[in-house]
Amino acid sequence: MADTRIKDAEPPALLKLQVNEPHAVAGHAVEGKAPAAIREFLNKRGSGAAGDGAFGALVLACALSILGIVVLILFVLIQQSKLSLHAFGLKFFITSAWDPVMGDFGALPFIYGTLVTSFLALCIAVPLALCVAIFIMEICPKPLRGPVAFLTELLAAIPSVVYGLWAVFVLVPIMRDHLGPFLVKFFGWTGLFSGTNFGEGLLTASIILSIMILPVISSITREVMGAVPVSQKEGVLALGATRWEMIRIAVLRNARVGIVGGVILGLGRALGETMAVTMVIGNHPDIAKSLFAPGYTLASVIANEFTEATGDLYLSALIEIGLALFLVTVVVNTIARLLVWFVTRNSAREAR
Amino acid sequence: MGVGIEVKNLNAWYGQTHTLRDINLTIPANSATALIGPSGCGKSTFVRCLNRMHETNPSARVEGMVKVGDIDIYNDAAPVEIRRRVGMVFQRPNPFPTMSIYDNVASGLKLNGFHNRKVLDEVVERSLKQAALWNEVKDDLKKKSGASLSGGQQQRLCIARALAVDPEVLLMDEPASALDPASTSKIEDLIFELKDEYSIVIVTHNMQQAARVAENTGFFLNGQLVEFAPTSTIFTKPHDKRTEDYITGRFG
Ligand SMILES: Nc1ncnc2c1ncn2[C@@H]1O[C@H](COP(=O)(O)OP(=O)(O)OP(=O)(O)O)[C@@H](O)[C@H]1O
Ligand SMILES: [Mg+2]
Repeated sequence: MADTRIKDAEPPALLKLQVNEPHAVAGHAVEGKAPAAIREFLNKRGSGAAGDGAFGALVLACALSILGIVVLILFVLIQQSKLSLHAFGLKFFITSAWDPVMGDFGALPFIYGTLVTSFLALCIAVPLALCVAIFIMEICPKPLRGPVAFLTELLAAIPSVVYGLWAVFVLVPIMRDHLGPFLVKFFGWTGLFSGTNFGEGLLTASIILSIMILPVISSITREVMGAVPVSQKEGVLALGATRWEMIRIAVLRNARVGIVGGVILGLGRALGETMAVTMVIGNHPDIAKSLFAPGYTLASVIANEFTEATGDLYLSALIEIGLALFLVTVVVNTIARLLVWFVTRNSAREAR
Repeated sequence: MGVGIEVKNLNAWYGQTHTLRDINLTIPANSATALIGPSGCGKSTFVRCLNRMHETNPSARVEGMVKVGDIDIYNDAAPVEIRRRVGMVFQRPNPFPTMSIYDNVASGLKLNGFHNRKVLDEVVERSLKQAALWNEVKDDLKKKSGASLSGGQQQRLCIARALAVDPEVLLMDEPASALDPASTSKIEDLIFELKDEYSIVIVTHNMQQAARVAENTGFFLNGQLVEFAPTSTIFTKPHDKRTEDYITGRFG
């Protein structure tokens, strides 16, 4: 093909006109000047430094008060559990004795129960929550979006004791008669589903937990997915991506930091959830491999035994369980944050 | 090899707004075609109809026929198939912020399941060189994210991303509006080089640019194609008074 470039040649005749001729645009000139009052007003507004300073101080005070509350909680927990701390030392966190009569206490079965139920709950809830969020944001017809989102949000408003009741009357029988036998039949070889299946236990507690944390995770996921700019989706679509590829590359990838934030929030709720779990976990401080086995969590042992704790050591041990819960929450959250940081440190930091 | 585009009675809407009215034109293969016109006249909308991006807007609607090569894109093929043939550079740069520069360029191939490392390396280097970005980024291809570049560099990255999938038609919506004169002239060189093998449609507000790179130029006004003719005709003796007014700057 011939080089039709006229780059170095004279611009075409009409283009030259553009340079020389004054703009004869009609109807675009706005009559008169801006009122003098505007300039006067703006000039009189000072630097605003005083206001900014006061605002900064206020915000700082609020932030510090959070820190203060955390420190205070920690302080009270340590102080009130002194007796037990002295009696058992660090051993408290790694022994599994729980004998109020003999006065021998250890937190390990409770820590185990808390971690296992929370972890399992996440395993169930995260994929579900992601699917729900993707459905609502990308697939659901627009008029239905609001109602469906509202329904999932409604799950978060149900009190935990109601979940517990539902679990006792609905989930436990299903677990005992249908889901349990099914799991034994197909996954019995893993050893995770052995022993007698009473319908109550670690797995049932995890399932009810997963339903309870689902709305938090899916609503946060929805928010961050909605914040992904249209231009990102278009960019991926223009490369010939299918809808699913677009969701994966443009939406989930860009939203991943926020999604993990939602998951961590859900995890926090799962770790501390008390009532519903207490009603179906079996309340037996055991470390069993089988998910059918009854268990106990840190939060539920406090709720169950606090009112009937006789003796100072017993009470102090229960408060130390509270301390353990505090520490578990901190450690798990820290690990989760570090994981996020580790995975996204290359790309996300620059992108934000 | 590039293919021509034939547009017949194309109409497009955003909701109730009739944005494009009865567009008819034939864009020849292996050449560059410029689209000019005042802001809001429908240039971007038109270009988006050529690779079925317009319909990704939930309120949007299209009628009429568009043939890319001998494929009637609204009847014979799925949108994804069309978009793999007709590449697009958007008016505002949209690099993928969670991906490295390398992955941004390779994204089109990777997402279509192409993973041959060696070929990818080659394609990334060639595309970045074509887009006049290679020298600036070659040292941190995999270290820096696509979003860490300047606005003009981001646009060139998007050009490289579109080139990497080797499209038959390349739609460029004001690719140079955020670029400095040197990069602009490199992009023009690129268009020059590419148009022997691709068909390029370029939207621009810079009429000198249209004059420099395009064989044919179309002038849009209020959603209509006022005139479509060889570039030299448009810029020296346009048939329509409105075209002349616009080109001479006598017109909003
Ligand atoms: N996403 C949208 N939703 C609704 N209306 C839109 C949308 N995008 C564009 N429009 C309308 O369609 C018309 C044509 O817009 P278009 O973006 O095609 O103009 P353009 O010629 O590309 O302008 P510019 O030179 O400023 O980029 C405009 O009147 C605009 O208001
Ligand atoms: Mg535009």
